[in-house]
Amino acid sequence: MIEENVVIGVKNACAVSEGKFLNYRNHRLLNPLVRKNGELVKASMDEAIRRSAEILADASYPILYGWSCTSCEAIRVGLELAEEVGGVIDNTSTVCHGPSILSIQDVGIVTCTLGQIRHRADLVVYWGSNPWSAHPRHLERYTTFTEGRFQRTEWGRYVSRLGSASSVKRFLRAAKLTLKRVSRIPVGSPTQPEYELSRKGRKMIVVDARKTRSADISDYFIQVQPNKDYELLQALRVLIRGEELDVKEVAGIPIEQLEEFADTLISCEFGILFFGLGLTMSEGKLRNIDAALSIVRDLNRYTKFLIMPMRGHFNVAGSNVVFTWQTGYPYAVDFSQGYPRYNPGETSVVDILSRGESDASLIVASDPVSNFPGEAVQNLVKKPMIVIDPHLSPTSIMADVVFPSAFVGIEAEGTAYRMDRVPLPLKKVVEPPECILSDEEILKRILLEIRKIKAER
Amino acid sequence: MVSAQLLNPEQAIRLNTVLHFYFKPLSYGWIALKASLLTGRTIDQGRDKELSKFSEEYMKSVAVCYLDPEDMKKLGIRENANVRVTTNFGSVVVKAKKSLRGPHSGVVFIPYGAWANTVADPKTHGTGMPSFKGIQADIEPAPREDILNLEDLIKKHYKKV
Repeated sequence: MIEENVVIGVKNACAVSEGKFLNYRNHRLLNPLVRKNGELVKASMDEAIRRSAEILADASYPILYGWSCTSCEAIRVGLELAEEVGGVIDNTSTVCHGPSILSIQDVGIVTCTLGQIRHRADLVVYWGSNPWSAHPRHLERYTTFTEGRFQRTEWGRYVSRLGSASSVKRFLRAAKLTLKRVSRIPVGSPTQPEYELSRKGRKMIVVDARKTRSADISDYFIQVQPNKDYELLQALRVLIRGEELDVKEVAGIPIEQLEEFADTLISCEFGILFFGLGLTMSEGKLRNIDAALSIVRDLNRYTKFLIMPMRGHFNVAGSNVVFTWQTGYPYAVDFSQGYPRYNPGETSVVDILSRGESDASLIVASDPVSNFPGEAVQNLVKKPMIVIDPHLSPTSIMADVVFPSAFVGIEAEGTAYRMDRVPLPLKKVVEPPECILSDEEILKRILLEIRKIKAER
Repeated sequence: MVSAQLLNPEQAIRLNTVLHFYFKPLSYGWIALKASLLTGRTIDQGRDKELSKFSEEYMKSVAVCYLDPEDMKKLGIRENANVRVTTNFGSVVVKAKKSLRGPHSGVVFIPYGAWANTVADPKTHGTGMPSFKGIQADIEPAPREDILNLEDLIKKHYKKV
């Protein structure tokens, strides 16, 4: 809902989206800033663009990082800029689903779009991801709690289950209090009721190192010990192939429970495995994903099974797509030789920063100062840094040039890719404040200025 | 330093009470809990980062460490007490919260944010991906230390030259 160019209310949005639309105007920069004598001071747009063009033109190995919270159009300009200055361009998937991409390149992936899952999936597995907290509308719109053409929603069942669980709890508590006075008979504490995995209808299974909120609403929860996902996945592969294991438990889970889980995986009609950062960030990294992709490949001998990574930022899938159609590689692309080169582990931003090799940086719509490990940030802030971001972030207070930009999807149009790589147009709902440009325009002007500087030399 | 795993909760609480009573200035740093640190997203973190990363709400929902109630007993701390989380890569003070998602003894959780990342493992094992989950960490009560706000935290850890 908009009144006089201001968003005053949001309908049908999740908590994150509502926070975004209602608070985008607060804590906002309205002028570009340039660092002079150690202090960030207000500057004109031309001055800031000139300064950042000089920084990038003088640098021999700059890094261009971010890109996941901006439009595909801006990313395209960013790639042109990277080629022009001979730097390394990387997007946030490097600290997110980078290992998944590496593994998909190794093993291959059987995937689909979210609409398929909404209408057909009867078994949904979330492995190392917490959709309740990180993708609040995912369950309602695409998986368990949605009414599909061939699959019913589980919402009603969940509500009744919640009701019965709380009444059981209340009853047990009352029994405990009364029986304590009468006799000393021990009364059982409330336990989670067991759910049959053999029942018909949609089922949701959560595998995680922590009992997350998503685990609370799932039909079945498997708590894996931290960093033991690989063992568990490989053990499941053995069980799926119908072989037996000579151990009592794997990764802290009794083998009977695993067998039941394996049976459920085989006996579904249309299964989907969503995996999150629980797999990519823990020990093993891309090898965990190898195992997850292989388990899905194995399952396809018996039934229809698909797999999909749970992507984070709204256009992180888009940045991978645009990078790939421009350079041939999805992230960590190095232009220092004049042609695109790709070797994650060497040309990925965290590694370059940990080795202290870069000599300048351009950060677009991202906050590496809060999101990178300490050592990498130390080297990032030592060198000149340009930040283009609608938000005022910890990265902007450490920067040398700061450009406030228009919010894509609120103040600027653009294209973004959904996590299943479906491109969606984003609308502009309000006019941006005066003298605030979109990411795309700022990047274009910097690029022009760099070309001018190079021509002068 | 006494490892909290060696003691049962009653012993730990008794030891803590004695330490706090007799050696108050020395009591900090006597008991440490060895735990596996996980970092991740929470709904509050997602909502409040859109508010502003410099807001009070963001700090309240991110500069926290969720501990198992049993582990809190072992450390002799109550909810909202300050704890110091130390890994091989850094150290940070955050607020202890009782985890509602237990039991997960020996596993602690800090939401994504600058506080969690000052103790994260920068090694990427050649994949470009640092290790943000399953980091070995020591948790100890830090009643005399304050939690730094975002700006101070960044200025303390990183210097612009």
